[in-house]
Amino acid sequence: MSSSKEIVGKIKSVQNTRKVTRALEMVSASKIRKAQDLMQASRPYARMMKQVIGHLAHANPEFRHPFTIEHEEVRRVGYVIVATDRGLCGGLNNNMFRRLLGEFRQWEEQGVEVTTVIIGRKAAQFFRRLKVHVSAATQDLGEKPRLEDLIGSIKVVLDGYRNGDLDRLFVCYNHFVNTMTQRPTFDQLLPLPPTSDEPMLQNWDYLYEPDAESLLDEFLTRYIESLVYQATLENLASEHAARMVAMKSASDNASNLIDELRLVYNKARQAAITQEISEIVGGAAAV
Amino acid sequence: MASTIHCDIVSAESEIFSGEVTLVVVSGELGELGIAPRHAPLLTRLSPGQVRVNLPDGGEEFYYISGGLLEVQPHVVTVLSDTAARAGDLDEAAALKAKEEAEKALADRSAGMEVAQAQAQLAQAMAQLSALQRLRKQLKR
Repeated sequence: MSSSKEIVGKIKSVQNTRKVTRALEMVSASKIRKAQDLMQASRPYARMMKQVIGHLAHANPEFRHPFTIEHEEVRRVGYVIVATDRGLCGGLNNNMFRRLLGEFRQWEEQGVEVTTVIIGRKAAQFFRRLKVHVSAATQDLGEKPRLEDLIGSIKVVLDGYRNGDLDRLFVCYNHFVNTMTQRPTFDQLLPLPPTSDEPMLQNWDYLYEPDAESLLDEFLTRYIESLVYQATLENLASEHAARMVAMKSASDNASNLIDELRLVYNKARQAAITQEISEIVGGAAAV
Repeated sequence: MASTIHCDIVSAESEIFSGEVTLVVVSGELGELGIAPRHAPLLTRLSPGQVRVNLPDGGEEFYYISGGLLEVQPHVVTVLSDTAARAGDLDEAAALKAKEEAEKALADRSAGMEVAQAQAQLAQAMAQLSALQRLRKQLKR
């Protein structure tokens, strides 16, 4: 009898676990939509920025901003690593970190130093254990990341590039392909890839107040910031999608486990009944 | 159509306004600007303040922006608004904070260890307690 009681207890505990994973799954499902909306909303800004920067670059070919100049010798590279704040999202972070470590090793073989900026608590926890130089960190962005929270970290690396401390800058995040697929992605931020060389149709130029150089600087800084911000949003959407899938498979596993346990329980119960009957029959026969 | 100009007000986080307007009034870095249709192309920095748009139906709408950039083309005005107050020293402070955060995250190594140790000790104590309880039950029987 005690064994069937034990099984009932186990079934109950698995059922409780399933309740939790189901709830997490549904929460994530609704958050994906919100994260996608945020992604959508941030796109016009970056698009407009890009247009204006393209125009500025064409209109002032003699002026080269430090961000567009390629450093010939690469001695030090920077990575902006966007990860999640919370866990329980499958292999989302670990897949990206594994690929990152591969890249780091390659740079190391070439004798290039690597410095990182980490966004998200999981990245902080991971890189704490490694001997990687971390120059800035941001955590706890929440469900609605604000650009404000990222400005400081981005400034650290932008200044690094300006002073010549950094020769390349990358951002890595999980690209949201769809709900089932998220791909770790590495994009180069600096030097800015040259804007496409389509011939300018208009031959007019802006009036600049106060002057083109300082405006271009401002535009480029904002542009890089908006790229990192978009990476953060994309990573957020990926996080929720990955969590939903992970929790769904956890719930399915729990259901399977419950089915199996129930079978075992029924068998144990039947065995107990059979035993009792045979005991009674045996007892009656003895009398 | 000739008497209106398309106006977009966007920030990095969202699209704030988009539509046809007859006049846009913003406070540029070098002074107040009123932008009517067919304004000359212009790029300027905006100081924190109000953006007023006059709608074709006579209505007005006001938005507050904490600075940003303005792009004007003959038929399009784009206000690229900042989401936060920006200034050189404010940015500097944010950068410092991010650096501190990094140091904290790394310094937490010891804190993390302590937590792990405490957890291990707690788990041990719990195991001992439950073992004691089991023993007591058996003794009662």
